[in-house]
Amino acid sequence: MKEALSLVQRLSAHPDSRCWFVSWSPSGTLLASCGGDRAVRIWAREGDSWVCKSVLQDGHQRTVRKVAWSPCGNYLASASFDATTCIWKKKNDSFESLTVLEGHENEVKCVAWAPSGNLLATCSRDKSVWVWEVDEEDEYECVTVVNSHTQDVKHVVWHPNQELLASASYDNNICIYKEEDDDWECRATLQGHTSTVWSLCFDATGERLASCSDDRTVKIWKEDPSESGQGDLSWKCVCTLSGYHGRTVYDVAWCRLTAALATACGDDAVRVFKEDETSDPTQPVFSLAAQVPKAHSQDVNCVSWNPKEAGLLASCSDDGDIAIWRFQEVE
Amino acid sequence: MSAGSRLENANPVIFQRSGERLLTASEEDEDIHDPIDDREIFDLIRSINDPEHPLSLEELNVVEQVRVKILDEENSVSVEFTPTIPHCSMATLIGLSIKVKLLRSLPDRFKIDVHITPGTHASEEAVNKQLADKERVAAALENSSLLEVVNQCLSARTV
Repeated sequence: MKEALSLVQRLSAHPDSRCWFVSWSPSGTLLASCGGDRAVRIWAREGDSWVCKSVLQDGHQRTVRKVAWSPCGNYLASASFDATTCIWKKKNDSFESLTVLEGHENEVKCVAWAPSGNLLATCSRDKSVWVWEVDEEDEYECVTVVNSHTQDVKHVVWHPNQELLASASYDNNICIYKEEDDDWECRATLQGHTSTVWSLCFDATGERLASCSDDRTVKIWKEDPSESGQGDLSWKCVCTLSGYHGRTVYDVAWCRLTAALATACGDDAVRVFKEDETSDPTQPVFSLAAQVPKAHSQDVNCVSWNPKEAGLLASCSDDGDIAIWRFQEVE
Repeated sequence: MSAGSRLENANPVIFQRSGERLLTASEEDEDIHDPIDDREIFDLIRSINDPEHPLSLEELNVVEQVRVKILDEENSVSVEFTPTIPHCSMATLIGLSIKVKLLRSLPDRFKIDVHITPGTHASEEAVNKQLADKERVAAALENSSLLEVVNQCLSARTV
């Protein structure tokens, strides 16, 4: 059976600007977007279409680079080039600014909530990754600053069920961190990409990590427990997808429901890869299942699978739009 | 960017500016679609001011028409520029000015790549990587003092 991506709706999300990132709420009912216009927008389904429900302005002085929902869905974090991270609290249908996390020297590139909801990670052009602890009174305290990268840190992501954090950098490497006596330390450095690593995504089980890069490839990494020891972890590259992407791959998203792997690329395309079911798990083979060459009129910056509705994919672009796609079997 | 003090390259070789573009009959015909060509891209960047000297990038031979490549149908533009000296600290700023000029002038469909002419700068790879990173470029252009310097390079010079 063949599969394809069909357009559900296109939204002019950040007009006259670029849309950098989109993120689904854990329940899959809300989509947050952010962009060069310094705003965060919240989208929800009304009847058959997606509409803007709120605009979060005045939180940031510069581009909002990424947004992240807390696992409970009641908080939203936004990371900005203004060197701050804002925490927003959902109150009924609106959001209010709860607190501003300061400390990074310059642009904050990414923010991510740990599955427990008690930890938050941020990263910046200042080359550092910060881990913040959240208490019941909504107080945030920085517990660790890690400097394992030699260049700006582009992305941070948490493991889905262990307290493991991964980061991607302009130094071409990926670092994986673990807590040790209240301190977070780099336990593995994954080398293989030949240019900036832009994004990372764990699969549903957390056994594998996908990375995407300016070198126009996507790599799949897997922990090798036989070589992990002494507190250090060993992750090996088990698959490289090359030859598919015409320019920088800015984002990679692994669907937790269907295991399909989507990519956002600077060649304006959105692609979906699927793992061959018969392939050896230690040497997996992925093939291109669907692609939309002109998904957007400019670079695609982000792809995100809806966590509850299988096959529903959101993408966003330098053209300021969000596109919502359905990945499904076709006749 | 500290102007004033001492120039890195005090006596640059000055090159002749090219003449005005000659329009052909078909280009003047409004009914004929003419794609954007290398010369048009070159015309956009040749008058950019050098950050150090009261000269244009063309007069310093930093940009040349032969190092401009446009593929109109493929929506791609690539420009190589040649710093006057291999340790020129202004290379990133010059590259950024070229990139900004093209971003502002060309339709959004174009992918714009700006590189250093291979073998002409000590930090070629680092400068190329920085210019290709759109996130860094976007952040740099939100920095008002840097934007002001870029705008100076792009402003019309009063001769």
